[in-house]
Amino acid sequence: MPNVKVLAKRQEAQVRFTAGHSLCAGCAESMIVRTVLNSIEAPVVVASPTGCLEVSTSRYPTSAWNVPWIHSAFENAAATIAGVEAAYRALVRKGKIKKKIRFVVFGGDGGTYDIGLQALSGALERGHDFLYVVLNNEAYMNTGVQRSSATPRGASATTSPAGKAIPGKPQDRKNLTEIVAAHGVPYVAQASVSNLIDLANKVERAMSYQGPKLINVLSTCFLGWRTRRDSAVTMAKLAVDTCYWPLYEVVEGVYKVNYKPKEKLPIEEWLKPQGRFRHLFKSEEGKKLIAELQAAVDRHWEELLRKERCTQGE
Amino acid sequence: MKKTMTGHKAVAEAMRQIEPDVVAVYPITPQSEIAEYYAQYVADGIVHTELVPVESEHSAMSACVGAAAAGARVMTATASQGLALLIEVLYIAAGLRLPIVMALVNRALSAPINIHCDHADAYLARDAGAIQIFAESAQEAYDYMIMAQRIAENERVRLPLIVNLDGFTLSHSVQVVEPLPDEEVKQFVGEFKPVYPLLDVENPATWGPFAMPDYYFELKRAQQAGMETVPEVFLKVQEEYAKLSGRPYKGFFEGYKLEDAERAIVIMGSTAGTAKVVVDELRKKGEKVGLLKVWLWRPFPKEEIVKALSHVAKVAVLDRALSFGNMGALYLDVTSAFVHREERPTFVNYIYGLGGRDTTTEHIEQVFAELDAARPGELRYLGLRE
Repeated sequence: MPNVKVLAKRQEAQVRFTAGHSLCAGCAESMIVRTVLNSIEAPVVVASPTGCLEVSTSRYPTSAWNVPWIHSAFENAAATIAGVEAAYRALVRKGKIKKKIRFVVFGGDGGTYDIGLQALSGALERGHDFLYVVLNNEAYMNTGVQRSSATPRGASATTSPAGKAIPGKPQDRKNLTEIVAAHGVPYVAQASVSNLIDLANKVERAMSYQGPKLINVLSTCFLGWRTRRDSAVTMAKLAVDTCYWPLYEVVEGVYKVNYKPKEKLPIEEWLKPQGRFRHLFKSEEGKKLIAELQAAVDRHWEELLRKERCTQGE
Repeated sequence: MKKTMTGHKAVAEAMRQIEPDVVAVYPITPQSEIAEYYAQYVADGIVHTELVPVESEHSAMSACVGAAAAGARVMTATASQGLALLIEVLYIAAGLRLPIVMALVNRALSAPINIHCDHADAYLARDAGAIQIFAESAQEAYDYMIMAQRIAENERVRLPLIVNLDGFTLSHSVQVVEPLPDEEVKQFVGEFKPVYPLLDVENPATWGPFAMPDYYFELKRAQQAGMETVPEVFLKVQEEYAKLSGRPYKGFFEGYKLEDAERAIVIMGSTAGTAKVVVDELRKKGEKVGLLKVWLWRPFPKEEIVKALSHVAKVAVLDRALSFGNMGALYLDVTSAFVHREERPTFVNYIYGLGGRDTTTEHIEQVFAELDAARPGELRYLGLRE
């Protein structure tokens, strides 16, 4: 399993994702991308849908990518990498390529949960050999913090603003991780920018399987969450410690919860530092909604633990 | 050896002989049989193509873009709504200079939904940056699918290419087709030489970067420059193919009894066959009529069309799709080519055959009969109940 030394060594040997990109100082995405790329030994080809990462790394005529990289459109990263991987198989069969090459997608929640879900589902069903990493910052941050189906209930986003009549996004977030697990792919996991070694281990485990794999990584956006610029790790850690964002994996259908906090923190601990939830603390209605959010977190956490017990044959 | 087959089968045969590395395709009437034939070739081990049976046309073209950028020879096929769905990615394929060859089995666009032929799908792709060729027959569809590889993949061109064939009229009707021997096709098409392939991991390339106002304009101009090299490459490939096949391909369009024509029709696709019958009949009666059938629609061969039509007094341009709010797109192409010419015919525009409406010899006779009295610049409808 990769540790900090191994990751650092690989970073030294080949800088796959270079400095000079224009992601915000304090953005979680570059940490996640570096960790993922350094956790894979084989040569990689990367695809990204339109989004923060894409625009921050590929302004013509510059590029932050020191590995082959492709961007096509917003909703088609999974289909694009499927084509790359199909080409790889064809050319290997013809003896034109001998090397083992791996395929990775880095896509945001908008490009994955929403507009890219169909292409993702198709690629998962067809069984292409690739790893899809979701940089989940819970809204369309690149275009200005519009709500996505990953945005939590009650969060104020620019297209689900907290107003006098409606207290932020009325709907619950979609559970993409479970949707992907339902495809019966060999490896699905949730990870967080607060636990990079856990992420590295997950990438390594994922890459030991042929076929489609997905890791849904919670990726703090201080701008969209309206937190401190230096809070990428601490905010993600609170999400994990409140069990709002459990770290778990589903390996060939078997659930494993990778981290069970000794003391499960109340959801307020994660909500409070975020400007997007500030309105919830100012009214009785908001406080009621916080209680509902807590109930939902508890329900999902218990459900996850039951799934773990169930699939582990206990 | 001459065989009888549908247009679908003719296209699938060409694809089998070319044997691209990757085919990504999604079923849609009236294209599905191409996908089916090819899937059977793969299932039977006749070809060693990676078939990507995608969940939509949008993903079909997206997978084609990924595969072509990766360094593979790539083909697909679609029709109508499928083209409409994938059009976003066709623009991207052109912008990334990827030589993806696509058979477009022409069908009307919704609403109302209609599975029959017109050219609305091809017209939708007009400004996408793809090369567009129209076939009159299954034989032409077969031949141009093979020529398409060489044209699209030429290192100065590197653009997606659409071979149009009329839905049902060509795709489903059985015609006589003379395929070339497999080996001749393979040799003619040759090896695909990718440029900066993604799978060259030693030399990492960044594909699909974003360009700000400081570069976007120059990149699009460079794409136009690629388009400008097409005519020369088209003629060279066509000449070579004509020699190989013994079939009379010469030029961007076929002039039929046009040299001394006083009245002429300009048309694309299978209705050209109907029009030729009428031209022959009227010629027998001593009427000086002719036909110009466009093969290469994009890029549009302005100069050559001007040369071919300058001496004609009256020209009817027949469009099989509406460009709502203006004249037909082919009419605008042809007339704009003459805009600075002193010597030019008078033009009339006919919209015909929408949603699979039959265009018969009587309709074409009607066009020739009306031409003398028609008001120049008039937009008329052929075979319509008004």
